[in-house]
Parts: sequence; structure tokens; C-alpha cells
Amino acid sequence: MNEHDKRIPQTVPIQSATFSNPINAEIRRAAATGIYDIRGGGAKRKVPHFDDLLFLGASISRYPLEGYREKCDTSVTLGTRFAKNPIKLDIPITIAGMSFGALSAQAKEALGRGASAAGTSTTTGDGGMTEEERGHSKTLVYQYLPSRYGMNPDDLRRADAIEIVVGQGAKPGGGGMLLGQKISDRVAEMRTLPKGIDQRSACRHPDWTGPDDLEIKILELREITGWRVPIYVKVGGTRPYYDTALAVKAGADVVVLDGMQGGTAATQDVFIENVGLPTLACIRPAVRALQDLGMHREVQLIVSGGIRTGADVAKAMALGADAVAIGTAALIALGDNDPKWEAEYQKLGTTTGAYDDWHEGRDPAGITTQDPELAARLDPVEAGRRLRNYLKVMTLEAQTIARACGHNHLHNLEPEDLCALTMEAAAMAQIPLAGTDWYPGKPGTGY
Amino acid sequence: MQKIDLATQTLREMNATLQAQKDQTNATQWDIENPRGAHAIAVGLDAPIEVTVRGSTGYYCAGMNKQATVHVTGSAGPGVAENMMSGTVIIDGDASQYAGATGRGGLLVIKGNAASRCGISMKGIDIVVQGNIGHMSAFMGQAGNLVVCGDAGDALGDSLYEARLFVRGSVKSLGADCVEKEVRPEHLEILRDLLERAGIDAKPEEFRRYGSARKLYNFDVDNAAAY
Repeated sequence: MNEHDKRIPQTVPIQSATFSNPINAEIRRAAATGIYDIRGGGAKRKVPHFDDLLFLGASISRYPLEGYREKCDTSVTLGTRFAKNPIKLDIPITIAGMSFGALSAQAKEALGRGASAAGTSTTTGDGGMTEEERGHSKTLVYQYLPSRYGMNPDDLRRADAIEIVVGQGAKPGGGGMLLGQKISDRVAEMRTLPKGIDQRSACRHPDWTGPDDLEIKILELREITGWRVPIYVKVGGTRPYYDTALAVKAGADVVVLDGMQGGTAATQDVFIENVGLPTLACIRPAVRALQDLGMHREVQLIVSGGIRTGADVAKAMALGADAVAIGTAALIALGDNDPKWEAEYQKLGTTTGAYDDWHEGRDPAGITTQDPELAARLDPVEAGRRLRNYLKVMTLEAQTIARACGHNHLHNLEPEDLCALTMEAAAMAQIPLAGTDWYPGKPGTGY
Repeated sequence: MQKIDLATQTLREMNATLQAQKDQTNATQWDIENPRGAHAIAVGLDAPIEVTVRGSTGYYCAGMNKQATVHVTGSAGPGVAENMMSGTVIIDGDASQYAGATGRGGLLVIKGNAASRCGISMKGIDIVVQGNIGHMSAFMGQAGNLVVCGDAGDALGDSLYEARLFVRGSVKSLGADCVEKEVRPEHLEILRDLLERAGIDAKPEEFRRYGSARKLYNFDVDNAAAY
């Protein structure tokens, strides 16, 4: 380089926003392996979420309740429509369905212990009901999934509620896959499949299609269980108005609505990140469907997908949910992605907070694994205690907000307690933009 | 013989009565009259009783059956004997789609024809069909035996796991990863036993066997066209 060249300003290297480093890395990975990326968890992309809403709190027109002194009820009853024995929970935060197979037996036990200690329910998953979770779950919801792995009438009758899974937020319209490395002898036996093979879970039920069939399926399940237990219908967030209305029409006691931030044990990354609606966009249409049918609060709505804090709980309930469900957050409370395993995450090519290869069965925290040595790292008693603490904190946080808004029950939170920070959130949640009385699409505004 | 008339009693009353029967019950014979295509007849039974349904049924007759013998003198709607655990279900007429879906045990006998997806995701049930079966039968079948005395429709045994399929007539097409396999002496013995228990006069030697090629058991990019 001569003196003249040194005087010419150099261009700064600019990374492409389109072909970013993560995108390029994925292109290289795909080119090297010939297979799409599979991972656990929910959508990682940033989407409008509960963070984009704020509570207004009390003012002259509304007076607050005294924190620590005046009662703010958190109980919820689920399944009041048809079931002889509705579920009564102390808190409106439930544990979402996660399978034995995807999770270790210790993790399932810990979920049951933590949920029971906090006065709430836990849920089975693909693969059937284990003794660990039945034994340690005071209230257990039994999932009825397309694969029907482990399904039998005895467990159906041992359940406190049945959840018919039509879809889930991480992969609405998609089935599941438990890769061979997680198929231990016990998992294989429960699923009636050879050890070590990839186990596919069908994307739709084998013996019904459409809402008219679903109504008959619900009838059958009620007849088998003597109309005792509530029947939930779980859908992924795609067309929440119509799915909710059809679930109600089919006879559901409870609708579970799971947005795209909801987790999965193993699904294609392209599916997780590109299919479905953000949780925030799901709630109001679902509530409107219930209201249009005169069923709001009679058919309960459970919302899941990215619930992390008591503020999220309160916001979901203010938008009209009766309860929420947590999955990923519960695993983190148990010990998933804990910094104490950083050295081992590094060996796996990842880092704390980013570990999502749950399908590979090498989880250092012993949660998403069937490896006996790894699974033994998780103490179900201690992990259950952590989950209970977390659920208690979330509940206290939600109560704090509700009292500040002047409500003596979490169910009394309402949309009028909220404002939105962004146009997108305002439009999706149909909540006025902060400082205005307007949101995009508000009837009568012309926009 | 105990009788329940669905013209005068409700579905709930009928199922509750049948479900209340215990292992040692003396009321072992039950007649269900006027089923008239009702859904969920005789579901969730768990006692060694014999139930005869005099007519045709709607969806899910004998669903999740354990121990009981349920005999339908007419035809059965979709999902007959779905997820059956044990016992026997006999359909004198035809069966609609999803017959024996996800069944784990017991014997389902269909004297007529079965529609599409017969034995879908079967997990141990034995199914014997005297007539023909429709397309996509035994899809993702995991365990058990499907015996077809007539013909099979398109895509038989698609994505099959370890279920065994026996067809006496023609097979319109095989599904992904389903192949014809050698009929060995142990298979003739299985056939002989199932045909005898089903009360069907057919020679085991006339059947051909189909099973999984096991090429799709673990994902391989070279098999991507089959997914």
C-alpha cells in the first residue's frame, strides 16, 4: 500500500441484515448435514408480547386495595360446564403438558411435587401417565394425543381432567418426534415401539377429523369416565376465534390456547419460528368467541406460550383468560439452563440460556434426558421446592398488580386496566396505545 | 339375559350399567335393543360379560373395551373398538373407517368389509376382516396382526412399525416402508389361530404377509423422498 492509498478512507465491513451470521451458519449446517435443524423450546424470535403492555394502576376513579392486608383471591375452578367434578385450584397458574420421554422421570416427579405444593395442576404428555407424576400430583390432567402412546382406560379414569390435544403453539398442524437416542427401555415399553427408533407422533388424531367428530369423541370420553372429569381441548394459536368457538360447540369444558412462544420437546426450527400466532394475538379473539357464545367464564380459557412472571399472568387474565399454563418457565425453575452447568453447555457447543437441544437427551441439568446418570443429577424434592417457590412468587406478583388496580380477585382484572406501548401490541391485544383511547382496528375509528 | 332398550333408556344409563359389572358378576349376558346408530355404545367396559347389540351402531362402539365380548349384529360406525385393551368385538356387517384404531389387545372380527384406515396406529390388537379393507389401513401400525380375507386398498401399511399384515386377496398398493415378506411357519400358526378364533373358514397358506422394511425407523436424508 503506498502513501496515496493510505489516505483513502476504507469502507467498514457491513454484515448483511438478510444474510446474518446466524442465517449463514444455518445454511452451512444444512449444507453439511442435509437435515433441518430440530430443537426444543418455543419461538425465539422477538414478537409482540406481554412486555408491550402496562397496567394503569389505581387513580381517582379507582381505588387500590391495601397490599398484604386486603384479600386478593387467586383461586380458579375449571370444568364447570359439564363435569361432575370440576377442578378447583388455589392459583391460576397450571403446569402444561410435557411427556415422560421428553423429560426424565425425576423431572416429571418434580413438576408434580411443585405443582401440588403450590395448589395447582400438572399435565401428562405424549407417552402416557407415569406412576411418579400420578403419585406426586394432587391434580393431574391426562393428555389425549394423536399418537395415543400409553393411552388406556384405567389411567383415563385416574385422571382429574382430560386434555384433548388438537395442536400446540410451537407447531400447530405438526406432529412430534422423539428421537431414538431418548428411547430407553421404559419409554419404548410405554409407547409399544422398539427401543432406539425415532418415534413419530401423528399430527392429527387417528379416529376423528373435524369439529363434528370431536363432539362425538368428547361424548365417548365422557361416557368412559362417567361424566366425572372436565374435558379440555387444547389448540395451537392459529385461528383462535374459530377454534375456540368450535371447541365450545364440540362440548369442551375448558379451552387451552397455546401461542407460538409455547415450547416443544423437539420440532423443526423452521416450524417453531414460522408457524402460528404470538400468544398476545390469540387471547382477545378467543375471549370474543366465548363472549359471542355467552360462554365466557362458563367455558374456561387457559392461555399458554411465553408466560414468565406474575405480570404476564395478570396481563393474560386482564385480557380475559381464566388461567395460564407454563412449560418452559417451569423447566427453568427446576434447573434447566442453569449457569452452574455452563462448562458442560460449552462442551455441547452452546451456552447457558441458549441450550435447546432437548431432543438429544444430553441435558446437563438432567431434565430433558433419559440418561440415568444425567437424570440422577436432578433431585425431584429440591427441584419441586424450587418450582413451588416460583409459582408462589408469580402468584404474589399477580396479586400485587391486581390490588394496585383495585381488584380483590385476579379474575376481576380487565382490559381497561391495560395500555399498550406499541402499535403492534395495541392492535393485537386491542388495548389502547398508552396515552390514547385508540388502538388500530378499533370499531368506529375508521382505521 | 339382561336387556337394555335404548328406545326407553339413555346412553348414560346403559353404559353406567354395563360399566358397573365386576369380574365376578352373574349378569354375564346383555342385550342392547334399538341402538339405531347411537354413538359410544358399550364403551369402557371392564368385565367378562357378553353384550349383544341388536342393530347398527354409530361411532366408537366398544371403545377402550377390556375383557368383554361385544357382538354387533348390524354394521358399525367409525372407530369401532378404538383403543381396545382386551376382549372380543364382533361386527356381523361392515365397519366404517378407523376400525380398531390404536387398539392394544383383544380380537376385533369384522364379518363384512372395513373402510379406510382399518387398524390405524394399532398397538397390539388382532383384527380379522372377512371382506375387504380400504385405503391407508394399518397406517403407522405398531404391533398386532391385521388379517384380511379379501382385498386391501391403496397404501397398505404406510409408515408401518412392527404390526404384521396378512392379505388373502389383492393389495392395490403398499404404503411407504411396507414390503411383502416371507410367510414362515410361525406366521401360518398365527393365521390358523386367528382365523379359528374369528370363525372364518380360510386356509392360512392362501395369505401373503406384509411388514415394515424398517428403513424409515431413524431419519436418513437419503430417504427424504419417502417422508
